Amino acid sequence: MTPLPQAGTTTGHLANWRSAAVTTLPVMFGYLPLGAAFGILAVDVGIPWWAAIAMSILIYAGAGQFLAVALLANQAGLMEVAVATLMLNSRHLFYGLSLLRAFAGAGWRKPYLIFSLTDETYSLLTSHEGHAGQDHAQAFRLSALNQLWWVLGSLAGVLIGSQLAFNTTGIEFVLTALFIVLTIEQARRLRQWLPFIVAIFTALGTLALLPERHMLLGAIGAASLILLIQYRLDSAKRHREKQRIAEQQQREAS
Amino acid sequence: MNLDPLPLLGFIAVCALATFLTRALPFIAFSRQAEHPLVIHLGRYLPPAVMLILVIYAMRDWRPLSEGAANLSANGWPMILAGLIVAGIQLWRRNALLSILTGTGTYMGLVQWIG
Repeated sequence: MTPLPQAGTTTGHLANWRSAAVTTLPVMFGYLPLGAAFGILAVDVGIPWWAAIAMSILIYAGAGQFLAVALLANQAGLMEVAVATLMLNSRHLFYGLSLLRAFAGAGWRKPYLIFSLTDETYSLLTSHEGHAGQDHAQAFRLSALNQLWWVLGSLAGVLIGSQLAFNTTGIEFVLTALFIVLTIEQARRLRQWLPFIVAIFTALGTLALLPERHMLLGAIGAASLILLIQYRLDSAKRHREKQRIAEQQQREAS
Repeated sequence: MNLDPLPLLGFIAVCALATFLTRALPFIAFSRQAEHPLVIHLGRYLPPAVMLILVIYAMRDWRPLSEGAANLSANGWPMILAGLIVAGIQLWRRNALLSILTGTGTYMGLVQWIG
């Protein structure tokens, strides 16, 4: 590993941002076209360009923004909008739960880190070598760059509209590829089967049982529940083991 | 559809607040439990599980046989083939960008020119 550049110096700052940008490249390749698709759709439905950009800056949620466009087009009431958005994004509840510790002490960066917690940013933060989640400056850079790609993509979509000449069919696979890579890296770090067995079980189960729009929430919620039960069983087992050893020691002492 | 600036801004504000709420709620509700063993347990095991769930979700449209023996459209074999290429290169070279770009390039090529 090369020594870290001095923090605070201009070159150090630049180098930090550059290394963060390299880490976010796969997200960039996914967010630029996806953001553009959102911008195109929004303008197509009749939403003014500034509102589409405001949505990418203030809401910043992939599926959530597509839903918002649909709700807007269908003249949904504000209450309905709030409930639908809450439902769609509720898987994020579990993301926060697993990042409580990593984000503790992030200071002024914390509100933004929480605000910008998309699927892809969550994936990068929890996979990064040496816990980017705990290096808050780096986590902030990764989060901000990801949103920058999203906003730039939306801007391109709004400006260029559907005149985009480049055939981007299939580019959405880039995010699938990102998740595959991060799964492999997580497995390499953890070296345990448990979470992956839980994931296969819950994902296939919810795919079979739930309507598609509820699958992610169902799978992630079920996985959290199984991990919670497994933790309970495990700590009960450890407790019994401790008691057994204590009793044995008592018998030997007497 | 009412697209006057003010109602539109109100609509965006509601969406933004609802989205932020789902992301912020655990931090607000459990801010004192960050060191609880259960939270540490979830922090350790939930991210890898979520990652694989996202992979399976992204590939949910895989229909290998829906258009005959070898379905070469976007939801057929190209998806699995490109996925295997990504995994293979990642295991072999450990270069995330290389794996992702090769796999995505393969996928785009397959669905644009063959499928």
